[in-house]
Amino acid sequence: MAMTGVTNYLRFLRQAVHVATEGGWLFYAWMFVLTAISLVGANAWAVQVRDGMIRTHMTDHVSWGLYIANFTFCVGLAAGGVMMVIPAYLYRDEEMHDVVIIGEIVAIAAIVMCTLSVIVDLGRPDRLWHMIPGLGKFNWPISMLTWDMIVLNVYLLINLHVVGYLLYTRFQGRMPNPVWYVPFVFISIFWAISIHTVTAFLYCGLGGRPFWNTALLAPRFLASAFVSGPAFILFVMRVVRVGSDLPMHPGPARLLVQIIRVASVVNLLMLASELFTIFYTGSGHAAAARYLYFGEDGHDALVPWIWSAIVMNLVGTVLFFTPAALQRGTTRVVACLLVLVGIWIEKGMGLIVPGFVPSTLHEVVEYVPSLTEWKITAGIWAFGLLILTVMLKVTIAVFTKEMKLAPRTVAD
Amino acid sequence: MTERRAIELPVIGEVTRRTAIKAGATTLGLAAWATAIQPLFEWASEQSVDEFLQKHYRELSPGELQAVLNRLTDEARRETGRPVVIRDHQPIPGVVFAYALNLSICIGCRRCAEACHRENNHDRATHQSYIRVFEMQKGGIDFECGNAGYHHPVPAKDKYYMPVQCQQCENPPCVKACPIEATWQEEDGIVVVDYNWCIGCRYCEAACPYHARRFNWEKPQIPAEEVNIQQSYLSNRIRPQGVMEKCHFCLHRTREGRLPACLEACPTGARVFGNVLDPHSEIRWVLENKRVFVLKEELGTKPRFYYFFDK
Ligand code: SF4
Ligand code: SF4
Repeated sequence: MAMTGVTNYLRFLRQAVHVATEGGWLFYAWMFVLTAISLVGANAWAVQVRDGMIRTHMTDHVSWGLYIANFTFCVGLAAGGVMMVIPAYLYRDEEMHDVVIIGEIVAIAAIVMCTLSVIVDLGRPDRLWHMIPGLGKFNWPISMLTWDMIVLNVYLLINLHVVGYLLYTRFQGRMPNPVWYVPFVFISIFWAISIHTVTAFLYCGLGGRPFWNTALLAPRFLASAFVSGPAFILFVMRVVRVGSDLPMHPGPARLLVQIIRVASVVNLLMLASELFTIFYTGSGHAAAARYLYFGEDGHDALVPWIWSAIVMNLVGTVLFFTPAALQRGTTRVVACLLVLVGIWIEKGMGLIVPGFVPSTLHEVVEYVPSLTEWKITAGIWAFGLLILTVMLKVTIAVFTKEMKLAPRTVAD
Repeated sequence: MTERRAIELPVIGEVTRRTAIKAGATTLGLAAWATAIQPLFEWASEQSVDEFLQKHYRELSPGELQAVLNRLTDEARRETGRPVVIRDHQPIPGVVFAYALNLSICIGCRRCAEACHRENNHDRATHQSYIRVFEMQKGGIDFECGNAGYHHPVPAKDKYYMPVQCQQCENPPCVKACPIEATWQEEDGIVVVDYNWCIGCRYCEAACPYHARRFNWEKPQIPAEEVNIQQSYLSNRIRPQGVMEKCHFCLHRTREGRLPACLEACPTGARVFGNVLDPHSEIRWVLENKRVFVLKEELGTKPRFYYFFDK
């Protein structure tokens, strides 16, 4: 019995490898490009480890940059990935069930990108083992960073379990047993909220950085995650629909657009209230915000970033409110892209860098990412998309029954 | 394995060819990866296994600590060709250090910063130092009107000067931030970093409200003849690349009963250092008789670095 289990599982893996490496020329070109970019990133990182973080443009004044910015965005993506699970299970929306797995796959890929973004930010990645509880010295529960590590890793495990279980049972032609995945799905919903909240605490718990030290940070993180996550999934769903035989029902996509509509308005509202508090009182705390939106004494590296983010978010939101957004088509795709890039900037560079400019002693030292940082970040994205593509291929194969346990093997 | 897969799959002829192509692509891919991460191997070949496996400073037995000190001393001697001595200075029981600075007489000459630079084996090219001196506008203590990059004769008219270094907070946010306890507060109040344990995440640097921490963006470079050979594990030994460092109140001096290098260098006598638990110390006298203040008191960090005006 156990033996059959093992052989069946090996068969699953073998077939998975097969379908993940099979496709048309477009697929091969895509995989080739992603691999190439990952390689460029890996090389840049190796050089950075050898030569030191001097390869980046971070300084003692701006000690976190593009890597942590990208990390923050990816946490949002991961959290948002599971948001579509809520309507599926709470409202027993049957059509939703089929696409839930896409959200969870996006979450897995996003968490992998998060982890990589943190690792490349370390000055001494060789000492990573110091973080392993038991072996190293894990400063839990004092350090917020340890909390973040825990919630991110558990989130990854939960999603791996759910995705793995659903795919494997379908592959075997069995009905998934709800006992084995529904509880985990619910945990993952709460967990999705926790990963983003804890990540926000990472920043807003620092009393010495007024720009981050606001209670609104965690709710704003969540609101933007409810926008970026579904937007990314809409995008993936379109690719799946165009590129495979898996039918994608229009219902779930419409629901996602609704989620985005609400969340983006909430997000903009909170932004407005934050800006009012900062600028109306005009205290010293306004310095970072002034720098971000208008520049300070000729230092204005972030101004073009944040204004493009604002324009993209506004236009994207307006587009989502047009009736066309409820239909398949260009409007929806454009809207998704706009809010994705907008939030990437806003939650990334627009959030991390002003925490350091001006510095705690009010020195204004600007930061613009170096080529190494861009290469490594691109590499992380390429690698994340690589994982996403492979997982999608396997999922589609299982769902379209291209990949299944042949009956004769069940017999033996 | 390849054979078996070929048999299991429906279209046989096509598949073997494709499998061969895939195998070829995989080999090429792996080779490309190996080339891409080549610099990693170059770097790894310079790292020692002993260092990689070294335990946290506070978990080393006396014997293990001695072995570590010997290893580091050997390495430092080999690198600099100088008779470097790396020791371990323990806190003295019954001592808690504090620092006070008289803003009325500080002239902003930055000799303290320079002394720190030399004493603590800081990178020469970046002119690193744990102390930054701010030129402030008389009439307020607002860093927004301060400037650390002044280049003119001092003291300038209508200005006063404010040196800032680690405040050795009694309630240090940097220590709370560290995920692996690579930085902690010692018995005598000094917040230290184990340079061989820190992973370089820089969360402590983001947490410090006083811009007191410095990161080794690359390996510090000091001409061999300028290296201060009197070194200590937790203080001024030459730091490795990729780790955090900060002011340690010159513990390799002060725990031997000497004064910090920055104090000795100050030409005006603006700096007062000592044991706050000693009722007869000068620092106690200052704290009891001057109207001292601390920076960013509202943050609750409880600095052990005090400022005061005389006049
Ligand atoms: S001044 Fe900064 S580095 Fe020094 S103890 Fe306080 S928080 Fe830590
Ligand atoms: S940089 Fe080093 S000392 Fe600072 S928080 Fe990270 S591991 Fe701890």
